[in-house]
Amino acid sequence: MASPHPESPAGRLAPPLRLQSKPLRQPQPEPSLGEILRRNGVSRRGFLKFCAATATLMALPPSMVPAIAAALETARRPSVIWLSFQECTGCTESLTRSVSPTVENLILDTISLDYHHTLQAAAGEAAEHAREEAMNANQGQYILVVDGSLPGPDANPGYSTIAGISNYEMLMDTVKGAAAVVAVGTCAAFGGLPKADPNPSGAVAVQDLVKDKPVINVSGCPPLPMVITGVLAQFLTFGKLPELDEYRRPLAFFGQAIHDRCYRRPFYDKGLFAESFDDKGAKAGWCLYRLGCKGPMAYNACATMKWNSGASWPIESGAPCLGCSEPNFWDAGGFYDALSVPPGRPGEALLTAGALGAALGAAAGALGRRKVKTAGLAHQAVTADQLEQQL
Amino acid sequence: MTSLGDIPVTVIGPATTLNFGNALPVLSEVRQALARLMETGEPAQIDLGAMPFGPGDEERLMQLLGSGEVTATVDALGSTRIRETAFGGVWIVEYLNADEQRVGLHLEIDEVPRMLRPQPGDLADALAAIDARLAEA
Amino acid sequence: MIASLEMTSMDFLMWTKGPLFQLALTVFALGMLVRLMEIFMLGREHNYALPRGSAVAGGLRTLYRRFYTDAGTFKSAPFDVVVGTLWHIGFIVALLLFIPHVELIKATFGIAWPALPNPVVDAITVITLLGLLAALVHRLLHPVKRFLSTHEDYVIWAVTFLPVLTGYLAYHRIINPYPLALGLHILTAEIFLVVLPFTKLTHIFTAWVARYYNGATFGRKGVQS
Repeated sequence: MASPHPESPAGRLAPPLRLQSKPLRQPQPEPSLGEILRRNGVSRRGFLKFCAATATLMALPPSMVPAIAAALETARRPSVIWLSFQECTGCTESLTRSVSPTVENLILDTISLDYHHTLQAAAGEAAEHAREEAMNANQGQYILVVDGSLPGPDANPGYSTIAGISNYEMLMDTVKGAAAVVAVGTCAAFGGLPKADPNPSGAVAVQDLVKDKPVINVSGCPPLPMVITGVLAQFLTFGKLPELDEYRRPLAFFGQAIHDRCYRRPFYDKGLFAESFDDKGAKAGWCLYRLGCKGPMAYNACATMKWNSGASWPIESGAPCLGCSEPNFWDAGGFYDALSVPPGRPGEALLTAGALGAALGAAAGALGRRKVKTAGLAHQAVTADQLEQQL
Repeated sequence: MTSLGDIPVTVIGPATTLNFGNALPVLSEVRQALARLMETGEPAQIDLGAMPFGPGDEERLMQLLGSGEVTATVDALGSTRIRETAFGGVWIVEYLNADEQRVGLHLEIDEVPRMLRPQPGDLADALAAIDARLAEA
Repeated sequence: MIASLEMTSMDFLMWTKGPLFQLALTVFALGMLVRLMEIFMLGREHNYALPRGSAVAGGLRTLYRRFYTDAGTFKSAPFDVVVGTLWHIGFIVALLLFIPHVELIKATFGIAWPALPNPVVDAITVITLLGLLAALVHRLLHPVKRFLSTHEDYVIWAVTFLPVLTGYLAYHRIINPYPLALGLHILTAEIFLVVLPFTKLTHIFTAWVARYYNGATFGRKGVQS
């Protein structure tokens, strides 16, 4: 680590994440990231290492390191306003548990996190004042991070308010001056748990409301900490939005299904499955498809980035993937039902319809029988002569 | 009340005896990169953090790579440990943060790893520093 | 509440897995049981002659015997016998012995049986697809078959072919994203289910009834059929 200069990025921000205490907007142009680092005694090798770790963080190949270095040399620090709505703070917990302090602290410190009401010391009016100040100082340039869903414009706003301001009003007000919106977590990205059936609070996702600003979804319940910081790092480094999938998720992290990157995939291909949580297959680490793994339809980076500083991840610990990064995952069938099993009770529909069909068929058959019978009874012998007379 | 030891739970070691088959493909990727380095002089880096390794895969790869003659540590923004593998020109570069936690693990296929070389600008700075020292003397 | 109008691939999958699946099952069960019950209720005309053999034994024997192709049929249409048998068996194996299908049946009916390893089902699926394609080509090239074919024949060929094809594509993850691939597979299977009771596909069930009645009639007369 560089010399613990009082103004050094690493020195100023020690884990867990701490907010900058006062607004730092100066009239003169801000120094670039490269300048900040060098001013703080970070050597060129240190910078190279920073870039290498950033490449890993952004899920970019190491061959991109020179490009990252060039971009970071001139990158300016963006301001970030973080709004938390109907959420459980799991996403913030995930973010503050990111375990590579060197890199992520540098990035988060380089990013000026001007408002995060869960993490900041200020509360109520004072906190709202800080938000307005940050908005005014960085009009049109700040990144708005949202975690949690929010009651839609037609829902009762009383389900979630901050300092007496409804979530909807606060989002629409703050989004006006934002350069881009990053929806962190499945709630912000897709509605998540609050939106799950029957959705009492009328919860909607950020992208349902924000139509005139770019929205990036970083889904997951919670998202991988490296993915949250990686997306912010990407914005910081290249100053532009990453390539997104159909759900507006960055392809670098959400481009591949868990199934396609899963170390247990060879067992799926060979047809070797655990059938209960403690059978031979489970102990041998076979595929968890039959125990409800949603890996084939879940797009996320857990299989490579893993959790808890790379210690493990759900499938490695023997639990099927819940598909938490996918829309409506709460309502998409049982967590421990195989992917091919439909939600609800199709068996009942089948039996009811079958019984009804049998009854109808029996009735139709009986009717047909009676027709035959009456026709038989009404039968009269006819001779050829009689027929000829009728003609 | 029974003691904790009475609870019939035993820890069975991780399934390291299993081979998830991810180590050998990396080795053949290394082989290709090494051949390219010989032919064109183009170095390569492989981010092992981006590999879908199962438990034990990394250890198996490290066994396959073995260890060579050179080890080095770079102190810049936390330490970086560099080890030559049994194959000349194939390096393991482990980036650690100030708390000695790993932030990245790369394989580098190069004559000398990037982190060990003086960086662009370092030589000019060094020249200026030596000139200053000479002027002082 | 603002509903987004465009349907994502996950919406599509949940729609095909949820309400559409229930609807398809309902139409299938209702339609098929109406037809079968009607057939059973109508029964056969009463035969007043003294039986010379067992109708039941004759019926059961024919149910089984018809699995063997007689030499004459094989001689006149070897292609139909070989290719037809091949893809019919392939279709049934893929339908009933693929692990995700067994899980689906277990969840729907509460019964389960052992399944085949994925690579085996995969190979059988390829054979089934090739067999179905060959059958279509033969139908188009063979003048008599072509003359006899109706629009319905082509429709049920497509309705049968598509679930196998989409299943193969979904398994090999050739269509992306996966929810779209799986949704397409489920949708084509649902079309198959809905179309089944109202087309020649009813032979899946009625063929057995016909075989039995055939055998029973002859069995009663003391003749083998």
